[in-house]
Amino acid sequence: MKIPYYPGCTLHERARDFDMSAKESAKALGFELDEMPIWTCCGAVFPLVTDSVMDILAPVRNLSYASRMGDKVVTLCSFCYHVLKRANKVMREDPEKQEKANLFLRADTERRESIESFTGEDYTGQVDVLHYIEFLRDVVGYDEVKNRVKQNLGDLRVAPYYGCMLLRPAKELEFDDPEQPTIFEGLLEAMGCDVVDFPMKTECCGGFQIVNDEEIAISCSRTVVGSAVKRDADIIVTTCPLCQYNLDRKQEEMAERVQGFRKLPVVYFTQLLGVALGIDEKYLDFTDNYVDPRPVLAARCAVREG
Amino acid sequence: MESRIGVFVCHCGSNIAGVVDTKRVAEELSGYPGVVYSTDYTYMCSDPGQNLVKEAIKEHDLTGVIVAACSPTLHEATFRKAATNAGMNPYRVEIANIREQCSWVHQGEKDRATEKAIRVIRSMVEKAKLDESLDPISVPMTHRALVVGGGVAGIQAALDIANAGYEVILVEKSPSIGGHMAQLSETFPTLDCSQCILTPKMVEASQHPRIRLLTYSEIDEVSGYVGNFKVKIKKRTPYVNRDVCTGCGLCSEKCPSKTPSEFEEGLAMRKAIYTPFPQAVPNKPVLDAEHCLYFQKGKCGICQKICPVDAIDYEMKDEFVEEEVGAIVVATGYDLYPIANIGEYGGGEIPDVVDSLQFERLLSASGPTGGEVRRPSNGEVPKEVVFLTCVGSRDPEMHLPYCSKVCCMYLTKHAMLYKHNVHDGQAYLFYMDVRTAGKGYEEFYQRASEEDDVLYVRGKVSKIFEEDGKVYVWGVDTLTGKKVEIAADMVVLGLGMVPSAGARELANKLKIHTDAGGFLSEAHPKLRPVESLAPGFFLAGAAQGPKDIPEAVAQASGAASKVAALFAEQEYHREPVIAVIDEDTCAGCRVCVSVCPYDAAEFDDEKQIARIQEAICEGCGACIAACPSGSAQQRNLTDNQIYRMVTAALED
Repeated sequence: MKIPYYPGCTLHERARDFDMSAKESAKALGFELDEMPIWTCCGAVFPLVTDSVMDILAPVRNLSYASRMGDKVVTLCSFCYHVLKRANKVMREDPEKQEKANLFLRADTERRESIESFTGEDYTGQVDVLHYIEFLRDVVGYDEVKNRVKQNLGDLRVAPYYGCMLLRPAKELEFDDPEQPTIFEGLLEAMGCDVVDFPMKTECCGGFQIVNDEEIAISCSRTVVGSAVKRDADIIVTTCPLCQYNLDRKQEEMAERVQGFRKLPVVYFTQLLGVALGIDEKYLDFTDNYVDPRPVLAARCAVREG
Repeated sequence: MESRIGVFVCHCGSNIAGVVDTKRVAEELSGYPGVVYSTDYTYMCSDPGQNLVKEAIKEHDLTGVIVAACSPTLHEATFRKAATNAGMNPYRVEIANIREQCSWVHQGEKDRATEKAIRVIRSMVEKAKLDESLDPISVPMTHRALVVGGGVAGIQAALDIANAGYEVILVEKSPSIGGHMAQLSETFPTLDCSQCILTPKMVEASQHPRIRLLTYSEIDEVSGYVGNFKVKIKKRTPYVNRDVCTGCGLCSEKCPSKTPSEFEEGLAMRKAIYTPFPQAVPNKPVLDAEHCLYFQKGKCGICQKICPVDAIDYEMKDEFVEEEVGAIVVATGYDLYPIANIGEYGGGEIPDVVDSLQFERLLSASGPTGGEVRRPSNGEVPKEVVFLTCVGSRDPEMHLPYCSKVCCMYLTKHAMLYKHNVHDGQAYLFYMDVRTAGKGYEEFYQRASEEDDVLYVRGKVSKIFEEDGKVYVWGVDTLTGKKVEIAADMVVLGLGMVPSAGARELANKLKIHTDAGGFLSEAHPKLRPVESLAPGFFLAGAAQGPKDIPEAVAQASGAASKVAALFAEQEYHREPVIAVIDEDTCAGCRVCVSVCPYDAAEFDDEKQIARIQEAICEGCGACIAACPSGSAQQRNLTDNQIYRMVTAALED
């Protein structure tokens, strides 16, 4: 089974480990993440202006490319998911914007030339945007994930971190309950982990403030990491490259600022899924993590320390 | 019969005459076919004005009267009464509205307004020419009332109606009357003990010779109409023969099966056979089969063995009783907005985050902690307690759009009572606005903040979570603009009020309207606040909207007095301006039966035609518009009349 896959820019650059581990875990589960032959930036931020259509052209263009491949597109990065899903909703529910956006798409010569099967069809929201977790739950099924688990993770205390982009605004994203989400827990339980609930699982990591005012982001991320530490977690898993960066990379600064700060590895959920499915560590690539997860993985679930 | 119509054009001071040339109108109409008398006057509704009408009726032997004045909702009744006094059938009086629908909306266009007034009156003259003399409909009436809901509002309504001399059936869903008020500790702003003021009323209601109490019972079906309702009531089986039971309590004492107590809001356990609280009325137990070992596992039977009077009967079945009543008071009360909907405050999963009724039980001398405030998690005395207003209320984006009205006051009371209980404790109260509109309420709030040192923080709380055995509250103080974090021992949520479970279904059964929030709609928001628009139904208490005890009691007494006024007549009289079916042309297609919102149109199987039940028809006109053959007609507003009215209005 081939599933149209939109990676987004970060997964081809900083978060290559996320991309690779997702593709490999998909294979182990019996399907293929089929990367779209052409795609551009998702737009990165969903525009909050309501009177402009220009700002949603980037995600809409990507969705129209995806519509050539099938009726759904899977993505991994929380930002990409957020922007694509909301732009898709606009295209489904706002006829005026749909009309205007299609005027641009029709004039898009690159789109004409690049998509062989291009038929001139307008984009009206035909594609369902799915997060990889939703795909695992609804298409693959958590039971199937459970059946394919090869590595026992039973002693590993895993704290699922949602961040904000997946969940809010809940009425538009329809991903999970914005205050008490459980979809992540469901997957981790299927993987056989000891799931740790912690109160900061939906708090902001600081997001783009890392560029503007690093202290804000560090403070936000420290709250999240500290909360998981308090609940005695071994590891945090996330779905978002920016969250991963703030939570993991900035622990160096957190440790400088707080005496006795206990570091905690932060990995993508696909990396841990890969471990559970028994995928060779070279495809999971833990070398980019600031806090190395391998010692705790080795201690808890006998993963070879490379 | 030759029509002899009189036209009376009112100036309404300058309200009409300032725009419409009333003299000219009266003159023009005097020449209109069928009009034998036409005049104008400054205030037609005044005594001399009415006399003008009366004298003209006699002098000119009028067959119809048109008063061209304000809206019929204001003075139609006035002039119909005047005509009756002059010997004319009141339904031959018509109002031509030339104020609201003419002079007020056409100021500055005097000529055109005058022209329009003439057309409006001409149109009504045409209607009056075909008006028939009608008599009010009289229907027999059962002088017995049904009160649904045995909270303080229902009890009050039942007592007031019974004391006025009429029989009352008081139906309560749960095993005891008393409602939420029986759960409360002390009441604002006087801090009377709630039970001390309520339980005597409960006893009075149960012992009143004219009140019949049906607890553990629900309304199953309602049919009929004002004065003549037929009600089927389901009496859930208590598995206890209540005529024999002495209420000794031995069965509850020995029952081995426990489940969280509804009355204690889950803070204590009750037995499967139980009396909800010691002061319950009736003070006899019911058996909850869902939690009973005998019913669930087929063993036990201890209560039956131990009962000294053999009152326990496992074979007892639900019973249905049918009653006839003339009026129905709906007092089904409220529930708290579900705590599960508030995920950011833990969604009910954090033991030390309690709702307002749970805190009432913790404060109550008869509660699970004997009136000492204790943390549900570990039984310790909480030293820092945070009270939150507007939890679910005033939040149109996420929850309830409306203000639940009583939370500011009860949380203020909670904080005050907590401070009386734990002198070295600290109470914080987060608020959006402190709303204290009520007698003595503002003074009560001042006392809480000044004498009892309750710290009021203006702002909302964004998140509540557990950490290190504390309940952390994240909020904002909007007066300082600072974020606030409180490591509290307990949090009390001032959850909003919603209509009680099942209230909407009941409203559907009774065919009475509810508003967007599911609360019962009153007939007029200002002038008819205790009646439903459907005749014979009256509203009391929080079923109609969030309210506190004094308001609920006042509304209940208001509803009771309306019932008493209705019952003061031997028969019920209603307007005859309703639909009739022409038996000769009706083809029996039953369209009218299907569209009638009041079930007034019925099918006569014998004659194979439709018939309108006079006592039920509200004259809404739905059947008349739907009838394909024109057999359904409104009295004094027939298709023929409407055709002539339109023609007269448009004709040059």
